[in-house]
Amino acid sequence: MGDERDMNTAERALTASHTLEYTYKRSLGPILSRFFTGLRDRKLFGIRRADGTVMVPPREYDPDTGQALDEMVELPGEGVVRSWSWVAQPRPQQPLDHPFAYALVQVDGSETPFLHVVDAGDEANMETGMRVRIRWAGETAGAITDFVFVPA
Amino acid sequence: MNAHDTSGTEGDGSPVTVLRAPIVLEYEYSAGQSASRFLRAIAEGRLLGQRCPVDGRVYFPSRGSCPQHAVTFGDEVVELSDKGTIVTFSIVRVPSKNIPLELPYITVNVLLDGADTILMHVLDADLDDVHMGMRVQAVWKPREEWTTSTENILFFRPIDEPDADYDSYKEHI
Repeated sequence: MGDERDMNTAERALTASHTLEYTYKRSLGPILSRFFTGLRDRKLFGIRRADGTVMVPPREYDPDTGQALDEMVELPGEGVVRSWSWVAQPRPQQPLDHPFAYALVQVDGSETPFLHVVDAGDEANMETGMRVRIRWAGETAGAITDFVFVPA
Repeated sequence: MNAHDTSGTEGDGSPVTVLRAPIVLEYEYSAGQSASRFLRAIAEGRLLGQRCPVDGRVYFPSRGSCPQHAVTFGDEVVELSDKGTIVTFSIVRVPSKNIPLELPYITVNVLLDGADTILMHVLDADLDDVHMGMRVQAVWKPREEWTTSTENILFFRPIDEPDADYDSYKEHI
């Protein structure tokens, strides 16, 4: 059975870095394609629902009726913070490298809260009900990171 | 929102049709005490198993506890031979990502001498020769390349010994 020997179990456990990566790439389809193309062109588009209200980001189908939607509506890029959460210590993959808020922003002209970043500088600058506006990135790429909200 | 690295087509005027949303999970994996001991030993060319205090079965690689009896193994280790017996085998003719071996190759379940659990590995042998009960031995990397990794063993190779009795490995099939 081989020899047996005492080992020192108090030794430090070995560790190794391990990166697990899912390199997802998805086709946007006609509606979201228009939304992201709009972002690249520094425009914010929602979509009109069957009941006449506007939803942003847009969806392909009405969530209540399942009806296919097609009427894109350009929105003004300003809105109201309906709720928020302060990110005091951003993680490496989060959108900003300094503290910011994730907020539900109801964009003017739309009825749905939009979960996005508010770059407010300090938690003290955040308040439910506050007005925010879009600040576009210097270079846009057709991605959700093309803009953040900032206090208006 | 977690898709920080989304990006579409660059600004050439054409529509954005694709969203890239990679998810990257960065781990610092800890092997724990038992596997660390195993890995430090294999860096010295030694193969460590551990014996269950309840039924005496030897588990390889060494591990912290018995999966059958739910008891910890403590500090006792059992050093195993790098020779063993082929319990079962497969001839692989389909490529897999991350396996750079040339097709066809042979995967084997090896019962190391002194162990009561099998080890999956690759056998370097003629396809026509491989059989259950065949005696094999590990072929190691050059000693100066040994690290705390099971990759120190390159593959197994047949050795000139009579086949093992079926009864000696039948419970591992």
